[in-house]
Amino acid sequence: MGGMKALEILSPGPLTTVQDMGRLGFGRFGVPRSGAADPLSLRAANLLVGNREGDAGLEMTVIGARIKALRNVAIAVTGADLQPAINGLLMKMWRSHVLRKGDILSFKGRRSGCRAYLAIGGGICVPHVMGSRSTNLTAGFGGLGGRPLRGGDVLCCDSPGRHLTSTGKSLDSPPPICCSTNQRLRVIPGPQDHHFSIRTRDLFFSSLFRVTPQSDRAGIRLAGPPIKALEGVDESILSEGVVPGAIQVPGDAQPIILLGETATGGYRKIATVISADLPLAAQLTPGNSVHFSAVSLDEALEAARQTEEMLRRLRSLETDL
Amino acid sequence: MLYTNPEYRIMGDRALLVELGDHIGMDLHRKVSALFLALNDAPLEGVVEIIPAYGSLLIIFDPLRTRPSLVQEQVRAILKTLDPSRIPEARTLEIPVVYGGEYGPDLDWVAGYHGITPEEVVRLHTSVVYHVYMIGFMPGFPYMGELPKALVTPRKETPRTAVPQGSVALAQAQTGIYPSRSPGGWQIIGRTPRRLFDASRWPPALLQMGDQVRFIAVTEEEMEGWEE
Repeated sequence: MGGMKALEILSPGPLTTVQDMGRLGFGRFGVPRSGAADPLSLRAANLLVGNREGDAGLEMTVIGARIKALRNVAIAVTGADLQPAINGLLMKMWRSHVLRKGDILSFKGRRSGCRAYLAIGGGICVPHVMGSRSTNLTAGFGGLGGRPLRGGDVLCCDSPGRHLTSTGKSLDSPPPICCSTNQRLRVIPGPQDHHFSIRTRDLFFSSLFRVTPQSDRAGIRLAGPPIKALEGVDESILSEGVVPGAIQVPGDAQPIILLGETATGGYRKIATVISADLPLAAQLTPGNSVHFSAVSLDEALEAARQTEEMLRRLRSLETDL
Repeated sequence: MLYTNPEYRIMGDRALLVELGDHIGMDLHRKVSALFLALNDAPLEGVVEIIPAYGSLLIIFDPLRTRPSLVQEQVRAILKTLDPSRIPEARTLEIPVVYGGEYGPDLDWVAGYHGITPEEVVRLHTSVVYHVYMIGFMPGFPYMGELPKALVTPRKETPRTAVPQGSVALAQAQTGIYPSRSPGGWQIIGRTPRRLFDASRWPPALLQMGDQVRFIAVTEEEMEGWEE
């Protein structure tokens, strides 16, 4: 594990976990990907502090944590705008800053989005479990002791001093954070869209769905008009592998956008959110509303390329201190 | 049934679902296993993960390194020469279970549903060797089948918000074990002291796709001595 003590959690907020880009290749053991629900924001935060994109950072939910610096460290906060502040003074998001020994990072309240990401120069050092530092809360492994962070936890990072020179990097046009009303999510229909009538599919694509408070890292639970499967098909299908973004429709006919905490599922999927829009989905909060529009595979790939291009520009950014 | 021609369906822009059939059965399972092994032996460019299940494999790839149409072509070529009999011989594992009481809160209900005694449910559940068709739902959860016909039981109408770790449960023709505490809708008839999932062990899951399992009824006292 190693690393130097860098941050102390004074209070964790409702749910703060260590995440990276997730755990791939263990689905045959029922082990899901986990990882940052909004991977783009964590990748960007890492690049801003001179880390590798896949280094571990913190995912904070809705309220955010209160954190004390135990040494000088480079940090960046991205994702949801929870109004991050250093010693009470608002700090700019999507930009790297120095947190000096004794400084307090806190959050003044949510303005938009659901999940904020904190990257620390050097990355958070916790052991790799099955190739990843992400926390799996269901089985209780990875991250820090397989659990959400709590007050008194100390986080270590690897050679934080080396990253101090990269502060001042900023992303002038950060990716859009989701809208609170009528957020559009682009999807590719299927794999079980044929289990729904054309009329029901039209209803799915023309309706507004509300994000319910039952949403969590496992899935975004929606409420809207009933998306009923065709008459005569069973309530569940044979369990099969799933990806984040798959929109499953259980027996109650209310769709759930799966995030990365499940490897398989036994409900039919009417559509799947494209990779480029997963960050937007992950930022939805209860009360928000969302609608779906179908796009082609080519459109989805073009959007994925644009995301990579944005990150490529970020990698080549010079410090402007 | 086992499809003559597999169905290929995309799941978003980075996964291809290869459906080989739509039932729970050994012929289909062998084909899924054989394709899974073949894809592991000779990984396809751009593929990052493959999740095998009852009748399908989900092939997850990096959309900037390959395309679903190419993956589909490659899988089709592999299937042409695939020999489903060439899967490794199954291991047989014994799983000790304390049935009923606080460990199996639904045992009496299951017995009542079938009009038999709880003892008869235990006798039936321990009377056959089960096949592990897939691991899923949560880390290390084995989907096993098939139950003797006399034990085929519907799921609970209202799922429990918390099922204890090690709970041995039934749903339709399947039986399974909850590796960690979680919400769940299966009928719980007993509990095992074996650890189904341990991230610090390799492989992390005690049971794997293709294993065979026999349940052994033990007493509470015997369970105490069974810690690994």
